[in-house]
This record gives sequence, C-alpha cells and structure tokens, in this order.
Amino acid sequence: MGWLLADSWTVAKRHLLHIRSMPEKLSGVTIQPIVFVFMFAYIFGSAIAVPGGDYRQFLLPGVFVQSMATASASIMAGIVSDMASGVMDRFRSLPMARAAVLIGHTGANLVESVLGIVAMAVCGLIVGWRPELGLAPTLAAFGLLLLFGFAMSWVGVFAGLFLKSSEGAQGLGFVLIMPLTFVANTFVPTGGMPAILRAIANWNPTSAVVTACRQLFGGAVPAATAWPQVHPVLASLLWCAALVAAFLPLSVWRFRRAMAAR
Amino acid sequence: MATAAIRAEGLAKRFGKTRALDGVDLVVEPGTILGLLGPNGAGKTTIVRILTTLLRPDAGTARVDGFDVVRQGHEVRRRIGLAGQQAAVDEYLTGRANLVMMARLYHMPAARARARADALLEQLGLAAAGDRLVRTYSGGMRRRLDLAASLVAAPPIIFLDEPTTGLDPRSRLDLWAMIEGLARAGTTVLLTTQYLDEADRLAGRIAVIDHGRVVASGTPDDLKRSVGGERIDVRAPDTETLPAVRRAVAAALGTEPALDPETGRLTAQVADGVAGLRAVVRELDRAGLAVNDLALRRPTLDEVFLALTEREVAS
Ligand SMILES: Nc1ncnc2c1ncn2[C@@H]1O[C@H](COP(=O)(O)OP(=O)(O)O)[C@@H](O)[C@H]1O
Ligand SMILES: [Mg+2]
Repeated sequence: MGWLLADSWTVAKRHLLHIRSMPEKLSGVTIQPIVFVFMFAYIFGSAIAVPGGDYRQFLLPGVFVQSMATASASIMAGIVSDMASGVMDRFRSLPMARAAVLIGHTGANLVESVLGIVAMAVCGLIVGWRPELGLAPTLAAFGLLLLFGFAMSWVGVFAGLFLKSSEGAQGLGFVLIMPLTFVANTFVPTGGMPAILRAIANWNPTSAVVTACRQLFGGAVPAATAWPQVHPVLASLLWCAALVAAFLPLSVWRFRRAMAAR
Repeated sequence: MATAAIRAEGLAKRFGKTRALDGVDLVVEPGTILGLLGPNGAGKTTIVRILTTLLRPDAGTARVDGFDVVRQGHEVRRRIGLAGQQAAVDEYLTGRANLVMMARLYHMPAARARARADALLEQLGLAAAGDRLVRTYSGGMRRRLDLAASLVAAPPIIFLDEPTTGLDPRSRLDLWAMIEGLARAGTTVLLTTQYLDEADRLAGRIAVIDHGRVVASGTPDDLKRSVGGERIDVRAPDTETLPAVRRAVAAALGTEPALDPETGRLTAQVADGVAGLRAVVRELDRAGLAVNDLALRRPTLDEVFLALTEREVAS
C-alpha cells in the first residue's frame, strides 16, 4: 500500500514532466475553454436569455465544468498511446504496484485541472464574471470541479483501455463529451428544451455540478423541480462518488485483462 | 539439479484461431545467452511475453529463477529486465528522466536512482544526450536507452526481443558488444532474432522457432552442421556458358550445385568453405571460364528453416 502511493507519485511525475515538453497537452483545459468563454460571452450570449440577466455569470460555471469533462478525453488518448507504444508492457514487467500506472495518470490529470481552473478563472474575471459569496464557497466550488474532473478521468481511463488507436480515442472522446456537456444546462437554461432532453439534462451529472457551482459562485439559478437541480451540491457529490466507485475498480480490472489478452 | 535461470515446459497459447505457441520447451542455464531464432510470426514475442509475466499461457508452465511466472509473477518481475520489440521509452521525457523513473519504480531511493541513471547513460554511450528529449534520439540511441531501462535494477536475467531489428550496421555492432558485456558479467540473456548471424555471434545456444514450436536447438555449430555448413554461390555471365560453369563447379566440389532459375545463380553446400572456394577457382581457371560472381557465404535463415523443416517432415 505504501508502494502504491510512492509508485503512483512516480508515474504522476512522468505525466507532469510531459507538460514541459508538450505544453499543448494543456490546451484542453486552457485554450479550448477560453475560446468558449469568449465565443459564448461575446457572440452567442447576447441571444441567450438567462434568469438574472447576467449571461457571463451564468456561463462561467458551465465552461469550468465542461473543461473538467474534456480532460477525460486527453487521459483516454494518453492511455491508448501508452498501450500501443509498449510503455504499458514495460511498466507491467516491473515489480511495481500495477494500479499505480492508472492512479498516477489520473493524479497528474488532477494537477492539470488545477492549472486549467486558474487559467479560466483569470479569463472569467476579465470578461466580468465574479465569485460573489466570498472565499469559502468559491473554494468549495473549485473543489467540486476538481472532484468532478477526477471522476471523469476514470471514465476516460476505462474507455481508453478498450481502444486500439489514438484516432479511436479522439472519436470516442467527441462522442462522449459532446452530449455529456451539451445536453445539459452548461450554456443555456434547460427550460426551453423538449421534455425528454430536459429530463436527461436535469439528471446529467454535468448539470448538477454546473448548478452547484452557480450557487457557490453566487448568481441567479434557474428555478427547478428535478431533484439533482434542487440539491445540486449533494447530487454532484453523489455522482462523483458513484463514478469513481464504478470506474476506478472497473479500470483496474480492465487494465489487468486488456493487457493479459494482448 | 541446479536451478535453471529459465525453464519452460509445454507452453501453449492461442489467439482466437491462431495457435501462437504449440508446446514450447526451453531451458536456459544461468549466465548463458539463449537465442530464439525464427521468422516473423513464429511465436518469439509470445514466448517472451509469457516469461516476463505479461501474458498467461493457456497450458504449460514456466519458471524464471525458480519462480512460477503465473503464480509468483511479482517475484519473477523483481529478477528480470525486459527490452521489448518496440523501444518502450517515453518520447517526451529526457533519457535521464526515463531511467530515473524506472529506478524509482524499482524502489531505489532518489539519490541512488539518479546515480544509477548517470552510470547507465555513461555505460551505454548516452551521457552527452542524457538531457535531451528522447524524441530527438536516433533509432540506435533509443534502443540503447531501452536496453539501459531494462538494466536499471541490474537484474540477473534479461529478455531482449529483437534488440537490433531496424538498426543500422554500426548501431547493431555496438549493441552486440553491450550484450556480450552483460553475459560476461554473469547476466542470463534470452534474446530473440530473425538473423542467423546475430544468434551465431551472441548465443551459446540457439532454439529455432517456427509455427509456435521449437524445431531445432543446440549450439550454433550444431545447427550449422545440421544444415550443411557454408554455401558457395557462382553466377555464370550468360546462359551459353552456364552448363560449362555448372560442370566445373560440380567437378570441383563433387556435388551438383542447385540452380536458381530466376537469377541464374548456382549454389552448392560445402563442408569446408575455404577449401571448396579454392577448388572452384582452380577448376574455373583450368576450364578458362570467367564468372560474374563468386562468393562464400553462411546459409541464410531461409535455408536453415528449409533444411530443418524438411528434416522434420522426413522424420
Ligand atoms: N494479441 C494477439 N492477438 C492475435 N494474434 C496474435 C497476438 N499476438 C500474437 N499473435 C499471433 O501469434 C503469432 C505469433 O506472434 P509473435 O509471438 O508476435 O511472433 P514473433 O514475435 O515471432 O514475430 C502470430 O501469428 C501473430 O499474428
Ligand atoms: Mg516478435
């Protein structure tokens, strides 16, 4: 168990060193959300009516959450390329804790998410977003975002363990992330959606985290009756716990199997 | 009975319909080099993956340093180093960072890990490139770094899967020298290769693998004897003189050469290559025949396989 942590840290350092040699690795949590902020704030925002009337205050939590979900696509690509290049085989031939290969990777992903949150917060402050309720709720919102990013990274690991090529990872990343972040209250209130989509959006884990962040940052939150929208913080915690509880063990199981079958 | 470094019995593995291994037995004594020689798809990598605990055999058992690869995988992994068929090094780390990471994963303290990385970079001629990203390395440098990575914990047994495939001749010679150095220092080496000359030069014993089976094994000399020693190739300048050249070669060697109709090349097996070559030159001179090409060479892998599999069919 002691070695599990030490080995995970060694693996995490490997991925963090990648940031220096491959800074574009961070674009998913920096440039991409920043583009979204500007695009929605200045282009679509004027056409979207939100409660309270301040679209930028409404928008930023959505972009924060979306970028956390996007990070799972990058971890998926990383897993696929490690399996294809023989790096996974090398790790598996070492007397190390095998789960550390995955835990270290998701741990590094968490650090990248922190960097992304800082970049987006700066960008948000520039366009006029403000956390209004003081330090504690703001930090709680960031903590929730990181937890969501961590949970989603395990979904990415699990999916990555099924794929053979990085093209597959890109395709699946798109198919996974788009509905998850768009059939949700990320950029528009769900009130105007058709009934079925609205129900899905209201129960989407993304929406729970977005609403929780809107509450914690301060700002108008659309009136809601769906349970996860009424209790967004609790719903977010439950969603994240459920995702980790399901996908962490599944990933470790799949890791052992996927490698044994190759 | 002393413990063999590697002992495999009846290893079998299938992938769907493909029978990758079909009952492989191997023994490698400590401190020796075994060469697994075989063409693409013979099953070499599958054997290496089973012995390094990456793959479970469907049947059969294998012990590495006395430990069962399936039930005592962790003990096995503490005693082996693996350099797989692809250079499994991290492109986006420096050479040094790759080795330090490996050493840390072998649970060396940080200071010792750094010292070990420096020593290996020095040993494998990568000291000057140690702080460059691996993606800037040449193929030969990557291979050497990969070898270094497998040596980090100074394991008593190392597995090298086609260590020189795709390397230029110079890098190939460098790598050969390093592998010989390891064996001299007492490391047991199992290496796979598609090249007879590589197995011949490095391995004390060779196991020839084909279609998931060991079709022959022994010392390089045993094998060469069993496929009939060296070959003399002769090419006549044109089809007119071909019959005369053919008669001259047959007279010189006392055996009918085989004709490759596509290239017009005559090939004959000889027990003593140099004496045979002399006799052929003398005979051609006496008959006043000029030839385009006259060469003494080792049997090719194709010929070894042909000879070995023919013998299998015959017996
Ligand atoms: N993961 C796999 N899935 C399906 N077939 C495989 C797999 N690995 C190897 N094979 C097949 O098993 C046979 C032996 O392969 P391998 O051990 O890689 O041979 P070698 O290393 O000698 O080239 C080949 O026919 C190969 O196609
Ligand atoms: Mg192979």
